[in-house]
Amino acid sequence: MTNKEENPLKKVCIICAKGTIEDVYATLVMANGAVMEGIEAKVFFTFFGLDAITKKQMKKLKTATVGNPAMRMPGGLPFPTLLGVVPFVEAGVSWMMKKEMDKLDIPPVGEFLEMITAGGGEIYACKMAAEMFKLKKEDLWDEVIDIITIGDFYAMCGGQNTQIIFT
Amino acid sequence: MEKTIAGVNITLNDEGYLTDPQQWNEDVAKEIAVEEGIELTPKHFEILSYLREQFLAGEGLSIRKVGNSGIANIKELYQLFPGGPLKKSSRIAGIPKPASCV
Repeated sequence: MTNKEENPLKKVCIICAKGTIEDVYATLVMANGAVMEGIEAKVFFTFFGLDAITKKQMKKLKTATVGNPAMRMPGGLPFPTLLGVVPFVEAGVSWMMKKEMDKLDIPPVGEFLEMITAGGGEIYACKMAAEMFKLKKEDLWDEVIDIITIGDFYAMCGGQNTQIIFT
Repeated sequence: MEKTIAGVNITLNDEGYLTDPQQWNEDVAKEIAVEEGIELTPKHFEILSYLREQFLAGEGLSIRKVGNSGIANIKELYQLFPGGPLKKSSRIAGIPKPASCV
């Protein structure tokens, strides 16, 4: 595999609308991966994705244990959906996901966001979702640049070799 | 691909990474850095020797790990190696391209 692409990607604009561990990390890995390759990255958190940049919630993201057919027991046995509703199962599964990620040197959400902004990545919150969830700028992670509309975000997504990614 | 860098005959892969880290020396590093548009300072060399040490010890490298090395934080790494804090530094350090997503 070589990187002889003659028309390389210059900018990614990532929209994160969900707040589970895996949805948020997909966004964070893509944004961090971009800045590490010298690609500009702008991230727009909306709806439940806002949890990832809300001070009170960002350390408490969970994986859905109900309605998640790809989830299996350690060892590969099926994970019965009804088990997912048992108290603390969701917390246990989420704890395990975080532990496994830590082994791969994948940081907690706050530290991951810091890595992205250290590389020049920009983090924004959606105005409509923030209003819906009654969130103000001070409720959000300190380095969130601003609460903006989707129109404002699109206005930053111009230029050649720019891609918009929705997770 | 064979190339003479700083008077040394060096084997590079398609992406310009040294295939044998033992062919590396500081002058080779300086010349590869120029290709990347970077002028190496003592701080750069501290990072390079950390990367080589870790690689030769068989450790996987991630930007988080280098940022926690105590030599430079992640923001400083981006300033030292603009547009490729792990990729460019690895190339200049004469070690393979890091195979990590973080």
